[in-house]
Amino acid sequence: MVAKRIIPCLDVKDGAVVKGINFEGLREVGDAVAMGVEYSRQGADELVYLDISASKESRSTFTQLVERIALGIDIPFTVGGGIGSLDDAARLLDSGADKISVNSAAVARPELISEIAGRYGSQFVVCAIDAKCIDGRWTVTTHGGSRPTERELFAWAREVQERGAGEILFTSMDHDGTRAGYACEQYAQMAEFLRIPVIASGGAGSIDDIAEVLTAGRADAALAASIFHYGTIPIPTLKAALRKRGITIR
Amino acid sequence: MTVIIDYDAGNICSVRNALSRLGCEYVLSADPATIEAADRILLPGVGNAAEAMRSLEAKGLVPVIRGLRKPVLGICVGMQLLCRHCEEGDVDGIGIFDCDVRRFPASADAKVPHMGWNAIGNLDGKLFKGLSGGTYMYFVHSYFAGLCSDTAATCRHGNTLFSASLRYENFYGTQFHPEKSGDAGALVLKNFLGR
Repeated sequence: MVAKRIIPCLDVKDGAVVKGINFEGLREVGDAVAMGVEYSRQGADELVYLDISASKESRSTFTQLVERIALGIDIPFTVGGGIGSLDDAARLLDSGADKISVNSAAVARPELISEIAGRYGSQFVVCAIDAKCIDGRWTVTTHGGSRPTERELFAWAREVQERGAGEILFTSMDHDGTRAGYACEQYAQMAEFLRIPVIASGGAGSIDDIAEVLTAGRADAALAASIFHYGTIPIPTLKAALRKRGITIR
Repeated sequence: MTVIIDYDAGNICSVRNALSRLGCEYVLSADPATIEAADRILLPGVGNAAEAMRSLEAKGLVPVIRGLRKPVLGICVGMQLLCRHCEEGDVDGIGIFDCDVRRFPASADAKVPHMGWNAIGNLDGKLFKGLSGGTYMYFVHSYFAGLCSDTAATCRHGNTLFSASLRYENFYGTQFHPEKSGDAGALVLKNFLGR
Protein backbone atom coordinates (compact mmCIF):
# COMPACT_ATOMS: atom_id res chain seq x y z
CA MET A 1 0.00 0.00 0.00
CA VAL A 2 1.31 3.44 -0.93
CA ALA A 3 2.21 5.43 2.18
CA LYS A 4 0.63 8.79 2.95
CA ARG A 5 3.20 11.49 2.35
CA ILE A 6 4.44 14.31 4.55
CA ILE A 7 5.66 17.23 2.47
CA PRO A 8 7.40 20.35 3.79
CA CYS A 9 6.90 23.30 1.46
CA LEU A 10 9.68 25.81 1.02
CA ASP A 11 8.89 29.22 -0.44
CA VAL A 12 12.00 30.55 -2.12
CA LYS A 13 12.88 34.15 -2.88
CA ASP A 14 16.25 35.02 -4.38
CA GLY A 15 17.62 31.63 -3.38
CA ALA A 16 16.56 31.74 0.27
CA VAL A 17 13.61 30.08 1.98
CA VAL A 18 10.91 32.39 3.28
CA LYS A 19 7.41 31.71 4.59
CA GLY A 20 4.50 34.02 4.06
CA ILE A 21 1.64 34.14 6.50
CA ASN A 22 -1.40 34.45 4.23
CA PHE A 23 1.21 35.32 1.61
CA GLU A 24 2.10 38.58 3.34
CA GLY A 25 4.94 39.65 5.59
CA LEU A 26 7.62 37.40 4.18
CA ARG A 27 10.28 36.25 6.59
CA GLU A 28 13.57 34.67 5.65
CA VAL A 29 14.18 31.37 7.41
CA GLY A 30 17.07 29.57 5.76
CA ASP A 31 19.17 28.13 2.94
CA ALA A 32 17.04 26.17 0.48
CA VAL A 33 19.41 23.27 -0.16
CA ALA A 34 20.52 22.85 3.46
CA MET A 35 16.90 22.84 4.61
CA GLY A 36 15.98 20.24 1.98
CA VAL A 37 18.82 17.97 3.05
CA GLU A 38 17.78 18.34 6.68
CA TYR A 39 14.12 17.56 5.92
CA SER A 40 15.15 14.51 3.92
CA ARG A 41 17.26 13.31 6.85
CA GLN A 42 14.32 13.83 9.23
CA GLY A 43 12.06 11.66 7.06
CA ALA A 44 10.17 14.05 4.77
CA ASP A 45 8.73 12.01 1.89
CA GLU A 46 8.93 14.72 -0.70
CA LEU A 47 9.64 18.44 -0.92
CA VAL A 48 7.94 21.30 -2.69
CA TYR A 49 9.92 24.42 -3.61
CA LEU A 50 7.90 27.42 -4.74
CA ASP A 51 9.65 30.34 -6.39
CA ILE A 52 7.81 33.41 -5.18
CA SER A 53 10.17 35.91 -6.82
CA ALA A 54 8.61 38.18 -9.38
CA SER A 55 11.47 39.25 -11.65
CA LYS A 56 12.90 37.61 -14.74
CA GLU A 57 16.43 37.71 -13.30
CA SER A 58 15.38 35.68 -10.29
CA ARG A 59 14.12 32.94 -12.64
CA SER A 60 17.67 32.00 -13.60
CA THR A 61 18.73 32.18 -9.94
CA PHE A 62 15.92 29.72 -9.19
CA THR A 63 16.95 27.40 -12.04
CA GLN A 64 20.48 27.27 -10.66
CA LEU A 65 19.06 26.59 -7.23
CA VAL A 66 17.00 23.68 -8.63
CA GLU A 67 20.24 22.18 -10.00
CA ARG A 68 21.83 22.41 -6.56
CA ILE A 69 18.75 20.91 -4.89
CA ALA A 70 18.72 17.99 -7.37
CA LEU A 71 22.36 17.28 -6.62
CA GLY A 72 21.91 17.65 -2.87
CA ILE A 73 18.78 15.69 -2.00
CA ASP A 74 17.82 12.06 -2.53
CA ILE A 75 14.02 12.24 -2.31
CA PRO A 76 11.58 13.51 -4.95
CA PHE A 77 10.88 17.22 -5.19
CA THR A 78 8.41 19.45 -7.00
CA VAL A 79 9.14 22.99 -8.12
CA GLY A 80 6.61 25.67 -8.89
CA GLY A 81 6.08 29.37 -9.24
CA GLY A 82 5.73 31.31 -12.47
CA ILE A 83 5.69 28.30 -14.79
CA GLY A 84 3.84 29.54 -17.86
CA SER A 85 5.08 27.51 -20.80
CA LEU A 86 6.36 24.17 -21.99
CA ASP A 87 9.82 25.79 -22.17
CA ASP A 88 9.69 26.70 -18.48
CA ALA A 89 8.80 23.11 -17.66
CA ALA A 90 11.58 21.76 -19.89
CA ARG A 91 14.15 24.04 -18.25
CA LEU A 92 13.22 22.78 -14.78
CA LEU A 93 13.17 19.14 -15.92
CA ASP A 94 16.68 19.59 -17.33
CA SER A 95 17.75 21.10 -14.01
CA GLY A 96 16.67 17.93 -12.23
CA ALA A 97 13.16 18.62 -10.91
CA ASP A 98 11.05 15.47 -10.50
CA LYS A 99 7.77 17.33 -10.92
CA ILE A 100 6.65 20.85 -11.70
CA SER A 101 3.57 22.58 -10.40
CA VAL A 102 1.48 24.97 -12.47
CA ASN A 103 -1.09 27.34 -11.06
CA SER A 104 -2.17 30.76 -12.41
CA ALA A 105 -0.92 30.09 -15.94
CA ALA A 106 -3.05 26.93 -16.12
CA VAL A 107 -6.12 28.85 -14.96
CA ALA A 108 -5.49 31.38 -17.74
CA ARG A 109 -4.70 28.72 -20.35
CA PRO A 110 -5.72 25.18 -19.30
CA GLU A 111 -4.07 23.66 -22.42
CA LEU A 112 -0.76 24.20 -20.63
CA ILE A 113 -1.52 21.15 -18.47
CA SER A 114 -2.19 18.92 -21.49
CA GLU A 115 0.91 20.22 -23.26
CA ILE A 116 3.29 19.47 -20.39
CA ALA A 117 1.63 16.15 -19.52
CA GLY A 118 1.64 15.11 -23.18
CA ARG A 119 5.32 15.83 -23.52
CA TYR A 120 6.72 14.65 -20.18
CA GLY A 121 3.98 12.47 -18.70
CA SER A 122 1.30 13.06 -16.08
CA GLN A 123 3.64 12.07 -13.26
CA PHE A 124 5.62 15.27 -13.97
CA VAL A 125 2.64 17.65 -13.65
CA VAL A 126 1.16 18.81 -10.38
CA CYS A 127 -1.66 21.33 -10.67
CA ALA A 128 -1.79 23.72 -7.72
CA ILE A 129 -5.19 25.24 -7.01
CA ASP A 130 -5.73 28.14 -4.61
CA ALA A 131 -9.36 28.64 -3.68
CA LYS A 132 -11.55 30.29 -1.09
CA CYS A 133 -15.19 30.27 -0.18
CA ILE A 134 -16.92 33.42 -1.48
CA ASP A 135 -20.65 33.71 -0.72
CA GLY A 136 -20.90 29.96 -0.22
CA ARG A 137 -19.15 29.10 -3.50
CA TRP A 138 -15.63 27.63 -3.54
CA THR A 139 -13.92 29.98 -5.97
CA VAL A 140 -10.54 29.46 -7.63
CA THR A 141 -8.21 32.42 -7.07
CA THR A 142 -4.88 33.45 -8.58
CA HIS A 143 -1.99 35.68 -7.61
CA GLY A 144 -1.66 34.42 -4.07
CA GLY A 145 -5.40 34.44 -3.44
CA SER A 146 -5.86 38.09 -4.32
CA ARG A 147 -7.78 37.58 -7.59
CA PRO A 148 -10.97 35.54 -7.67
CA THR A 149 -11.71 33.88 -11.01
CA GLU A 150 -14.90 32.59 -12.61
CA ARG A 151 -13.88 29.01 -11.94
CA GLU A 152 -15.45 26.83 -9.29
CA LEU A 153 -13.06 24.61 -7.29
CA PHE A 154 -14.57 21.18 -7.93
CA ALA A 155 -15.29 21.73 -11.62
CA TRP A 156 -11.73 22.98 -12.08
CA ALA A 157 -10.26 20.01 -10.19
CA ARG A 158 -12.18 17.67 -12.50
CA GLU A 159 -10.99 19.53 -15.61
CA VAL A 160 -7.38 19.50 -14.41
CA GLN A 161 -7.54 15.72 -13.98
CA GLU A 162 -9.06 15.28 -17.44
CA ARG A 163 -6.32 17.40 -18.96
CA GLY A 164 -3.69 15.03 -17.63
CA ALA A 165 -2.40 16.47 -14.36
CA GLY A 166 -0.86 13.73 -12.23
CA GLU A 167 -1.67 15.31 -8.88
CA ILE A 168 -3.62 18.19 -7.40
CA LEU A 169 -2.22 20.44 -4.69
CA PHE A 170 -5.21 22.29 -3.29
CA THR A 171 -4.66 25.17 -0.87
CA SER A 172 -7.61 26.67 0.91
CA MET A 173 -6.84 30.37 1.19
CA ASP A 174 -9.36 30.57 4.03
CA HIS A 175 -7.29 28.11 6.06
CA ASP A 176 -3.75 28.97 4.94
CA GLY A 177 -1.68 30.54 7.67
CA THR A 178 -4.33 30.05 10.36
CA ARG A 179 -2.89 26.87 11.91
CA ALA A 180 -6.48 25.93 12.71
CA GLY A 181 -6.72 22.80 10.54
CA TYR A 182 -7.14 21.94 6.86
CA ALA A 183 -10.32 22.34 4.78
CA CYS A 184 -11.17 18.68 5.45
CA GLU A 185 -14.69 18.68 4.03
CA GLN A 186 -13.50 19.99 0.69
CA TYR A 187 -10.74 17.37 0.43
CA ALA A 188 -13.20 14.59 1.25
CA GLN A 189 -15.54 15.95 -1.43
CA MET A 190 -12.69 15.92 -3.99
CA ALA A 191 -11.77 12.34 -3.14
CA GLU A 192 -15.28 11.32 -4.24
CA PHE A 193 -14.57 12.00 -7.90
CA LEU A 194 -10.78 12.29 -8.35
CA ARG A 195 -8.64 9.35 -9.42
CA ILE A 196 -5.36 11.26 -9.04
CA PRO A 197 -3.68 11.95 -5.69
CA VAL A 198 -4.51 15.10 -3.77
CA ILE A 199 -2.02 16.99 -1.61
CA ALA A 200 -3.66 18.97 1.19
CA SER A 201 -2.22 22.38 1.95
CA GLY A 202 -3.13 25.27 4.21
CA GLY A 203 -3.99 25.28 7.87
CA ALA A 204 -1.73 22.70 9.53
CA GLY A 205 -1.30 23.59 13.18
CA SER A 206 -1.14 20.27 14.99
CA ILE A 207 -0.63 16.53 14.61
CA ASP A 208 -4.42 16.14 14.91
CA ASP A 209 -4.97 18.44 11.92
CA ILE A 210 -2.66 16.34 9.75
CA ALA A 211 -4.14 13.04 10.95
CA GLU A 212 -7.63 14.33 10.21
CA VAL A 213 -6.93 15.45 6.64
CA LEU A 214 -5.24 12.11 5.86
CA THR A 215 -8.16 10.09 7.25
CA ALA A 216 -11.49 11.96 7.21
CA GLY A 217 -10.21 14.26 4.45
CA ARG A 218 -8.90 11.25 2.46
CA ALA A 219 -5.92 13.28 1.22
CA ASP A 220 -2.92 11.35 -0.11
CA ALA A 221 -0.39 13.77 1.29
CA ALA A 222 -0.21 16.63 3.75
CA LEU A 223 1.85 19.69 3.00
CA ALA A 224 2.90 22.27 5.56
CA ALA A 225 5.50 24.96 5.97
CA SER A 226 5.70 26.97 9.16
CA ILE A 227 5.07 24.12 11.62
CA PHE A 228 8.12 22.40 10.15
CA HIS A 229 10.32 25.46 9.56
CA TYR A 230 9.92 26.74 13.10
CA GLY A 231 10.18 23.26 14.61
CA THR A 232 6.67 23.35 16.12
CA ILE A 233 6.19 19.74 15.03
CA PRO A 234 9.37 17.81 14.23
CA ILE A 235 8.79 15.37 11.34
CA PRO A 236 9.96 12.24 13.24
CA THR A 237 7.50 13.04 16.07
CA LEU A 238 4.70 13.63 13.57
CA LYS A 239 5.35 10.42 11.65
CA ALA A 240 5.55 8.31 14.80
CA ALA A 241 2.22 9.76 16.01
CA LEU A 242 0.51 9.13 12.65
CA ARG A 243 1.83 5.55 12.54
CA LYS A 244 0.46 5.00 16.03
CA ARG A 245 -2.97 5.98 14.74
CA GLY A 246 -2.81 3.26 12.10
CA ILE A 247 -2.03 5.54 9.16
CA THR A 248 0.36 4.00 6.60
CA ILE A 249 3.51 6.09 6.88
CA ARG A 250 7.03 5.40 5.64
CA MET B 1 34.77 2.33 -14.43
CA THR B 2 31.01 2.81 -14.17
CA VAL B 3 29.04 3.62 -17.32
CA ILE B 4 25.53 5.05 -17.54
CA ILE B 5 24.06 4.04 -20.88
CA ASP B 6 23.11 7.22 -22.70
CA TYR B 7 20.24 6.51 -25.08
CA ASP B 8 17.76 9.42 -24.87
CA ALA B 9 15.59 7.66 -22.32
CA GLY B 10 14.16 10.71 -20.64
CA ASN B 11 15.56 12.49 -17.64
CA ILE B 12 18.60 10.71 -16.26
CA CYS B 13 19.74 13.66 -14.19
CA SER B 14 18.67 11.99 -10.95
CA VAL B 15 20.79 8.87 -11.57
CA ARG B 16 23.83 11.01 -12.40
CA ASN B 17 23.30 13.13 -9.29
CA ALA B 18 22.97 10.03 -7.10
CA LEU B 19 26.31 8.66 -8.33
CA SER B 20 27.90 12.05 -7.70
CA ARG B 21 26.52 12.09 -4.15
CA LEU B 22 28.07 8.64 -3.57
CA GLY B 23 31.39 9.92 -4.90
CA CYS B 24 31.24 7.46 -7.80
CA GLU B 25 32.88 8.57 -11.01
CA TYR B 26 30.99 7.59 -14.12
CA VAL B 27 30.96 8.00 -17.87
CA LEU B 28 27.84 8.67 -19.91
CA SER B 29 28.07 6.67 -23.12
CA ALA B 30 26.28 4.97 -26.00
CA ASP B 31 29.50 3.61 -27.45
CA PRO B 32 29.53 -0.24 -27.50
CA ALA B 33 33.28 -0.49 -26.81
CA THR B 34 33.05 1.85 -23.79
CA ILE B 35 30.04 -0.04 -22.42
CA GLU B 36 31.72 -3.43 -22.93
CA ALA B 37 34.86 -2.21 -21.14
CA ALA B 38 32.95 -0.97 -18.07
CA ASP B 39 33.10 -2.66 -14.65
CA ARG B 40 29.53 -1.71 -13.92
CA ILE B 41 26.73 -0.56 -16.17
CA LEU B 42 23.57 1.36 -15.35
CA LEU B 43 20.57 1.34 -17.67
CA PRO B 44 18.22 4.11 -16.53
CA GLY B 45 14.88 4.82 -18.14
CA VAL B 46 11.98 7.22 -17.74
CA GLY B 47 9.00 7.47 -20.06
CA ASN B 48 7.65 5.20 -22.75
CA ALA B 49 9.09 1.66 -22.95
CA ALA B 50 8.55 1.24 -26.70
CA GLU B 51 10.30 4.52 -27.50
CA ALA B 52 13.16 3.63 -25.16
CA MET B 53 13.51 0.21 -26.83
CA ARG B 54 13.54 1.76 -30.31
CA SER B 55 16.22 4.16 -29.15
CA LEU B 56 18.41 1.28 -27.88
CA GLU B 57 17.89 -0.56 -31.17
CA ALA B 58 18.74 2.51 -33.23
CA LYS B 59 22.04 2.76 -31.38
CA GLY B 60 22.71 -0.94 -31.91
CA LEU B 61 22.88 -1.52 -28.15
CA VAL B 62 20.51 -4.48 -27.72
CA PRO B 63 23.08 -7.22 -28.58
CA VAL B 64 25.74 -5.27 -26.66
CA ILE B 65 23.66 -5.27 -23.47
CA ARG B 66 22.62 -8.89 -23.93
CA GLY B 67 26.28 -9.88 -24.13
CA LEU B 68 27.46 -8.02 -21.01
CA ARG B 69 29.09 -10.17 -18.29
CA LYS B 70 29.76 -7.38 -15.77
CA PRO B 71 27.06 -6.23 -13.30
CA VAL B 72 24.22 -4.37 -15.04
CA LEU B 73 21.49 -2.47 -13.19
CA GLY B 74 18.29 -1.47 -14.98
CA ILE B 75 16.21 1.15 -13.18
CA CYS B 76 12.44 1.59 -13.69
CA VAL B 77 11.84 1.44 -17.47
CA GLY B 78 15.47 0.30 -17.73
CA MET B 79 14.50 -2.81 -15.76
CA GLN B 80 11.37 -3.31 -17.85
CA LEU B 81 13.44 -3.30 -21.05
CA LEU B 82 15.45 -6.22 -19.68
CA CYS B 83 12.25 -8.31 -19.56
CA ARG B 84 10.76 -10.43 -22.38
CA HIS B 85 7.97 -8.15 -23.50
CA CYS B 86 6.42 -4.78 -22.58
CA GLU B 87 2.71 -4.16 -23.04
CA GLU B 88 3.41 -0.42 -23.32
CA GLY B 89 3.70 0.00 -27.10
CA ASP B 90 3.59 -3.82 -27.49
CA VAL B 91 7.35 -4.15 -27.80
CA ASP B 92 9.77 -7.04 -27.24
CA GLY B 93 12.40 -6.38 -24.60
CA ILE B 94 16.02 -7.49 -24.35
CA GLY B 95 14.85 -10.77 -22.85
CA ILE B 96 17.14 -11.26 -19.86
CA PHE B 97 14.47 -11.57 -17.17
CA ASP B 98 11.92 -14.32 -17.53
CA CYS B 99 8.74 -12.23 -17.32
CA ASP B 100 6.47 -9.84 -19.16
CA VAL B 101 5.59 -6.25 -18.26
CA ARG B 102 1.89 -5.40 -18.11
CA ARG B 103 -0.27 -2.43 -17.19
CA PHE B 104 -1.76 -2.20 -13.69
CA PRO B 105 -5.51 -2.77 -13.67
CA ALA B 106 -7.29 0.45 -12.69
CA SER B 107 -9.15 0.28 -9.41
CA ALA B 108 -10.50 2.70 -6.85
CA ASP B 109 -8.03 1.78 -4.12
CA ALA B 110 -4.97 1.45 -6.38
CA LYS B 111 -4.42 4.56 -8.44
CA VAL B 112 -2.42 4.37 -11.68
CA PRO B 113 0.35 5.45 -11.95
CA HIS B 114 1.58 3.71 -8.82
CA MET B 115 3.34 6.74 -7.42
CA GLY B 116 4.91 7.27 -4.05
CA TRP B 117 6.59 5.30 -1.28
CA ASN B 118 5.73 1.64 -0.92
CA ALA B 119 7.18 -1.19 1.14
CA ILE B 120 9.19 -3.96 -0.49
CA GLY B 121 9.49 -7.53 0.81
CA ASN B 122 10.98 -10.98 0.13
CA LEU B 123 14.36 -9.33 -0.39
CA ASP B 124 16.89 -11.58 -2.04
CA GLY B 125 20.49 -11.08 -3.05
CA LYS B 126 23.37 -8.69 -2.57
CA LEU B 127 21.48 -5.62 -3.78
CA PHE B 128 19.52 -5.66 -0.51
CA LYS B 129 22.38 -6.38 1.88
CA GLY B 130 21.75 -4.40 5.08
CA LEU B 131 18.04 -3.85 4.33
CA SER B 132 15.06 -5.74 5.72
CA GLY B 133 11.57 -6.47 4.44
CA GLY B 134 9.18 -3.56 4.95
CA THR B 135 11.68 -0.97 3.74
CA TYR B 136 10.00 1.80 1.74
CA MET B 137 11.17 2.73 -1.73
CA TYR B 138 9.98 5.39 -4.18
CA PHE B 139 7.99 4.21 -7.22
CA VAL B 140 6.56 6.00 -10.27
CA HIS B 141 5.17 3.61 -12.90
CA SER B 142 2.01 2.40 -14.65
CA TYR B 143 3.40 -0.95 -15.88
CA PHE B 144 4.77 -3.77 -13.76
CA ALA B 145 6.84 -6.94 -14.13
CA GLY B 146 5.00 -9.95 -12.77
CA LEU B 147 6.45 -12.46 -10.33
CA CYS B 148 8.83 -15.01 -11.81
CA SER B 149 11.85 -17.11 -10.92
CA ASP B 150 14.04 -13.97 -11.25
CA THR B 151 12.05 -11.93 -8.70
CA ALA B 152 14.46 -10.52 -6.08
CA ALA B 153 11.98 -8.32 -4.17
CA THR B 154 8.22 -7.91 -4.22
CA CYS B 155 5.78 -5.05 -3.72
CA ARG B 156 1.99 -4.82 -3.58
CA HIS B 157 -0.18 -2.21 -5.29
CA GLY B 158 -3.87 -2.81 -4.68
CA ASN B 159 -4.40 -6.50 -5.42
CA THR B 160 -1.34 -6.79 -7.63
CA LEU B 161 1.81 -8.37 -6.24
CA PHE B 162 4.68 -7.53 -8.59
CA SER B 163 8.47 -7.64 -8.90
CA ALA B 164 10.05 -4.63 -7.19
CA SER B 165 13.40 -6.09 -8.22
CA LEU B 166 14.66 -8.77 -10.61
CA ARG B 167 17.96 -10.62 -10.80
CA TYR B 168 19.43 -13.06 -13.31
CA GLU B 169 23.16 -13.85 -13.21
CA ASN B 170 24.95 -10.48 -13.57
CA PHE B 171 21.74 -8.57 -14.41
CA TYR B 172 19.84 -6.62 -11.75
CA GLY B 173 16.75 -4.49 -11.98
CA THR B 174 14.77 -2.25 -9.68
CA GLN B 175 11.28 -1.02 -10.52
CA PHE B 176 11.67 1.62 -7.80
CA HIS B 177 14.03 4.56 -8.06
CA PRO B 178 16.93 3.92 -5.67
CA GLU B 179 18.30 7.36 -6.57
CA LYS B 180 15.15 8.96 -5.11
CA SER B 181 14.61 6.62 -2.16
CA GLY B 182 16.62 8.34 0.54
CA ASP B 183 19.14 6.37 2.60
CA ALA B 184 17.61 2.99 1.78
CA GLY B 185 17.91 3.66 -1.94
CA ALA B 186 21.46 4.92 -1.55
CA LEU B 187 22.32 1.61 0.14
CA VAL B 188 20.96 -0.35 -2.84
CA LEU B 189 23.14 1.72 -5.18
CA LYS B 190 26.17 1.25 -2.92
CA ASN B 191 25.57 -2.50 -2.86
CA PHE B 192 25.43 -2.54 -6.65
CA LEU B 193 28.52 -0.39 -6.99
CA GLY B 194 30.35 -2.51 -4.40
CA ARG B 195 31.18 0.46 -2.19
